[in-house]
Amino acid sequence: MTDECIQARFRLPYPEFTLEVDLELPGRGITALFGHSGSGKTTLLRCIAGLEQAPAGRLVVQGERWQDETTFLPTHRRPLGYVFQEGSLFPHLTARGNVEFGMKRAAEALEPAALAHVIDLLGIGPLLGRWPDQLSGGERQRVAIARALALKPRLLLMDEPLSALDLKRKREILPYLERLHDELSIPILYVTHSPDEVARLADHLVLMEGGRALASGPLTETLARLDLPIHQEEDAGVVLDATVAELDAAWHLARAEFPGGSLWVRDLDFTVGRRIRLRVLARDVSLALERHDGVSIANLIPATVAELSADAHPAVRLVRVDVGGTPLLARLTARSADALGLVPGKAVWVQVKSVAVLE
Amino acid sequence: MSGADWLALTTTLKLSAVTTAVLLLLGTPLAWWLARTRRRAAVAVEAVVALPLVLPPTVLGFYMLVALGPHGPIGATLQAMGLHHLAFTFTGLVVASTLYSLPFMVQPLKDAFAAVGPRMLDAAATLRAGPWDCFFHVVLPLARRGFLTAITLTFAHTVGEFGVVLMVGGNIPGETRVLSIAIYDHAEAMDYASAHLLAGGLLAASFLMLFTVYFLNRRYHVVHV
Repeated sequence: MTDECIQARFRLPYPEFTLEVDLELPGRGITALFGHSGSGKTTLLRCIAGLEQAPAGRLVVQGERWQDETTFLPTHRRPLGYVFQEGSLFPHLTARGNVEFGMKRAAEALEPAALAHVIDLLGIGPLLGRWPDQLSGGERQRVAIARALALKPRLLLMDEPLSALDLKRKREILPYLERLHDELSIPILYVTHSPDEVARLADHLVLMEGGRALASGPLTETLARLDLPIHQEEDAGVVLDATVAELDAAWHLARAEFPGGSLWVRDLDFTVGRRIRLRVLARDVSLALERHDGVSIANLIPATVAELSADAHPAVRLVRVDVGGTPLLARLTARSADALGLVPGKAVWVQVKSVAVLE
Repeated sequence: MSGADWLALTTTLKLSAVTTAVLLLLGTPLAWWLARTRRRAAVAVEAVVALPLVLPPTVLGFYMLVALGPHGPIGATLQAMGLHHLAFTFTGLVVASTLYSLPFMVQPLKDAFAAVGPRMLDAAATLRAGPWDCFFHVVLPLARRGFLTAITLTFAHTVGEFGVVLMVGGNIPGETRVLSIAIYDHAEAMDYASAHLLAGGLLAASFLMLFTVYFLNRRYHVVHV
């Protein structure tokens, strides 16, 4: 354990389930607490905030004890920021009043210049004089995020901040969250049940089910694990952090390099050296025993089969291949897997039909 | 209006003001507890608080008279401590009125506190507000319509009480003789002119008070609270 990390151990019985976790989370980046409703992810977040009191819990945040056998720091003394699902702005205060509410009370709040930057980052400058009931759902959430950041928190907790918004509003806020991730060094615990939000935002993934953490690890590694129940749906796939290594101006393509290989993606006005995030869905990946040049697919990479597993339907197999240390997932029919004689260790060619750039 | 009637008016106003102040102090924590607690016992407490709404005032007044009088548990204790018992005293009236008007303070406050919702309290806590800070700067402003309603109803209801006063306080000028008793006296004595004056005044004042509350509540609603 290092001083940088967050250690959380809680046991809290409820009529429907018992929260029982013992986690060590990274002290930087976005950690997604992912799971279905009722999996205990919000309860875990509330325990970390001190809004729920788990009797024999233990919580150490970057070397500071917030809770153990003898200590229980009340919520208002914890240097955290919390963004609720929706409707948490005080209706008797303007947007500005809401943002300043915590700042006035925090031992250490943002300096005016830093606050101006956050307000700018979230694009809420023109909204500050309005009352919460004059703001749209997306605007309210952005104000709520600014209100939490204004406290200069050591840990930011976000409880499905987008779940109450429609797709359009979600698309409006996601870029702001991505900017937060890129620009702020605060560790963020982000509760969500949306695979898309995980893919776009998370660095670390905690998979929750029935009050327990089934897995906790770096995003790419964890998403590629076949023993976890996260691949039953259409979203099965991996997320890769890559660097733009080369631009093909003639064809508007960019080569994104990741440890062990690279993929050609659409050039969205990239510059060489830019960090981008790629999402490769298992259904867009096929495997071949030999290199086929006469196909339309641009991305052909040599790899080794690492693991096979059953999928939701008996006709389908998920295959994890290893590309020089980086995992990719492929979804094939069981018949194809059998015909190709896929077994762990076998060399294959990976054909990637489509790659999504998440920026 | 005679001097005795003026005295009855000031006694009434004093009784109502003191009762409202006492109830504000006692009723606020009680309403808060009722709005927040998950204990089953709260249901019984709620029923007890609502009792004065359904009991004949004479029943309440009778029990209060017995309890506060020289042989009752409260009166006897006070006497044992060298103090006076509370039957037929202004203090006795305040105690009885406090019980009698309890639901008019507690129920609107309880509803207002419940309407504030746990999300607001959680948000305040994550914004570094301790429990008292949260109460004064989040709950109070959000519940101010409830406070306005509770204070007005309690005051108006105390102004209008009759049965309890008659039982506990009797009819001592300057001490326990309130407006409603004065009206009763005038009617008994066939002095309808004086009865009309006081009754009409009380009617108009009560209407004005309630009108003001409903007017303000409507206006506050428009300005975001």
